[in-house]
Amino acid sequence: MFHLRLVRDETKIGFMRLRRVTLALSAVLSVLSIVLFLGVGLNLGIDFRGGSLIEIKTDGPADLGQLRETIGGLGLGDVQIQEFGAPDDVMIRVVEQEGGEAAQQAVIANIRGALGDEVEYRRVEIVGPTVSQELARSGTIAVIAAIFAILVYIWFRFEWQYALGAVIATIHDVVLTIGLFAALQLDFSLSSIAAILTIVGYSLNDTVVVYDRVRENARRYKRLPIVDLLDLSVNQTLSRTIMTSLTTLLALSALYIFGGEVIRSFVFAMIWGIAVGTYSSIYVAAPVLLYLGLGREGEGRSGGQAAAQENGAA
Amino acid sequence: MLHFSRWKIAVTLLICLVGILATIPNFFSRETVAEWPGFMPTRQLTLGLDLQGGSHILLGVDTQAVVGERLATLRDDVRDTLRQARIGYTGLGVEGNRVQVRVRDQESFDEARRRLRELAAPVGSLFGDTSGNDIEVSSGDGGLLFVQLTEAGLNQRVSSAVEQSIEIVRRRIDELGTTEPTIQRQGLDRILVQVPGLQDPARLKALIGQTAKLTFHLVDVNTPVNDALQGRVPPDSEILYTQDDPPQPVLVEKRVMVSGENLVDAQPGFDSRTNEPVVSFRFDTSGAQRFGRVTQQNVGRPFAIILDNEVISAPVIREPILGGSGQISGDFTVETANDLAILLRAGALPAPLDILEERTVGPGLGQDSIEAGATAAVIGTVLVISFMIAVYGLFGLFANIALVVNMFLIIGVLSLLQATLTLPGIAGIVLTIGMAVDANVLIYERIREEQRAGKSAIASIDSGYRLALSTILDANITTLIAAIILFYLGSGPIRGFAVTLAIGIVTTVFTAYLFNRLIVATWVRRRRPSAVPI
Repeated sequence: MFHLRLVRDETKIGFMRLRRVTLALSAVLSVLSIVLFLGVGLNLGIDFRGGSLIEIKTDGPADLGQLRETIGGLGLGDVQIQEFGAPDDVMIRVVEQEGGEAAQQAVIANIRGALGDEVEYRRVEIVGPTVSQELARSGTIAVIAAIFAILVYIWFRFEWQYALGAVIATIHDVVLTIGLFAALQLDFSLSSIAAILTIVGYSLNDTVVVYDRVRENARRYKRLPIVDLLDLSVNQTLSRTIMTSLTTLLALSALYIFGGEVIRSFVFAMIWGIAVGTYSSIYVAAPVLLYLGLGREGEGRSGGQAAAQENGAA
Repeated sequence: MLHFSRWKIAVTLLICLVGILATIPNFFSRETVAEWPGFMPTRQLTLGLDLQGGSHILLGVDTQAVVGERLATLRDDVRDTLRQARIGYTGLGVEGNRVQVRVRDQESFDEARRRLRELAAPVGSLFGDTSGNDIEVSSGDGGLLFVQLTEAGLNQRVSSAVEQSIEIVRRRIDELGTTEPTIQRQGLDRILVQVPGLQDPARLKALIGQTAKLTFHLVDVNTPVNDALQGRVPPDSEILYTQDDPPQPVLVEKRVMVSGENLVDAQPGFDSRTNEPVVSFRFDTSGAQRFGRVTQQNVGRPFAIILDNEVISAPVIREPILGGSGQISGDFTVETANDLAILLRAGALPAPLDILEERTVGPGLGQDSIEAGATAAVIGTVLVISFMIAVYGLFGLFANIALVVNMFLIIGVLSLLQATLTLPGIAGIVLTIGMAVDANVLIYERIREEQRAGKSAIASIDSGYRLALSTILDANITTLIAAIILFYLGSGPIRGFAVTLAIGIVTTVFTAYLFNRLIVATWVRRRRPSAVPI
């Protein structure tokens, strides 16, 4: 029976040879992301900035110009009106109004009054100043807490170099994802935080698989130079890395194409995160171990020999 | 690794069977399921508001108002106490978070302090004992006394105001007759209201956003309104405005004749003469007595009916109203009369409620989202399944069987837990489909490697499963940690995503590692293969 082979058996690609290039590339991209984040900033959605959002469906293609005129005349400050997935689907975003919680409510009443009952109101979201500040805070805490909790777990399961390496790779992925949001000015909402946390989980998953193999090989091949050890481990796990990224990307592309406009940017962020996470587990997480001075088993570790035998017997 | 004891096989298959059974009710309508015999599972997935349409409204109790009101009554209590004890005082007032008063006579200072301390009431705690008093009295220089609300006393006030508000909001929403509203407390001073299937929550918001404090006052006829407007407001009266456009000022006495607390019933109706919508009401006995007495003494004078500091109407008392019932006429439509009756029946909120957050999804978008989510899930599954067969052949088929059982388990567990399925939740399931095969990929790649290293078919399969286990666990536990944190810090739809992701991880480890291994083990026992076709 024919079996599709994505990766040849027993590849011997010298991933670590490229480490200076890839680490430099990652560093440049990370710095660029941070600069974009600080300079341009994120296009914060109403979840974090407060304000309101209305999605309407019109009878036939929407006349955006006329909508802008009608709603622009209401004096609501900065109003964004754009097509949302289909020509008869329009998203209206209004910035937070001065005057506390009640002022946000008035916006919706105003817009409903101006547009009348001819359009279908598909979605209305209003986030007041109190909640938006809380959401921004708990979102930030969530990402930091997740990274920290996972750091502790990996530290518990591996040596500290692995934990630090995994966290560096994960932060790299998070930073690059935030960079993407800043560069493309994608709407950054609560679901973006969910996307980032999923990326954190996925990226670690990938990194842990590579590290697991590094640890196993380190016990088995005690004399192998560390660069070769890392290369061997990445090559051994390469077909799995590619397979899993592909199945996940297949499922996500189905969601991106058919899942509807509401979650499209959420899925887009995840697709990017999976791609970056796959790259980083090979080109960032593995070479970083070199620079963190990964100790070989047996060097001042009494349990090393026993562990090696146990694994060698497998 | 390939040996399964009988009970292990039984438990594995039983779990799969329960998962499939628990999923079945979701394929039928609620009515059909209701007629099933008792041994069948009947629980169905609850669809989130983003899928079935509806409103999610987060209300905040105005704690500042609660505290302000408490301080005002405290000030009145201090006044009454000192008057009763015949202690002279000056400068009684509210200062920040406390009431302050200066005792005029140094000799009665200790007496005053003792009396004021008697105002304190113990604050109950969870364990039945007391955690201090609700107020504290301290003294300052020159005969000053401070009565301060304690932290515990404040929290108790706010807490009971929130409880009371929830009850009143519930009564008001029940009057609307919507299906299955949920009203729950969130945090110290928040109330979350979720009502499915509303097109426009404007009426709902109007109903829950109104304090509905109804009072009857006499109109002050001794001072012309225009004089009062120019700043000569008598100390016992205040200017309030009508709901007309433009609002008309009315000078009313501050003293309350009767308040809404004395109402026992309120119903919308029509005035028999003018045929305009009105709200008729009935007082309880003490309310009826007071209303009767005041109207008897003030025939010919106007009185004002005041709702949330606005004058609804100010009719003239033509004759004493002794029966304890009457009607409010204002500029009502049938709907506003009906709503006012609902509000009066449900009672006044102890403090104003602010709408902090609102998310409403129309039924059209909800239906579209369900269809889009289902399409994406089916296509995603077909893609992943085909891909697995292309790469691993027969073993890909084994993994796919595990994947399908996994889907059943996820939906089954969600149904049993009565968890809410949201659109991000569907995304979580689709993501799980993609990642679920990872565990099998890890195992299969390992088997390939072991076989290349020259091991026999059975030995390769055996070490494939064994060596991949710790990797599978490490990889999934890290994702699980992220999902749990997301659950605790997220809200609404995001929680739905975290729940499906977390359940998906657990069922994935089970199906990919245990169930799939059982299939492979059975296959090995029957076929006795010399090589693994992988």
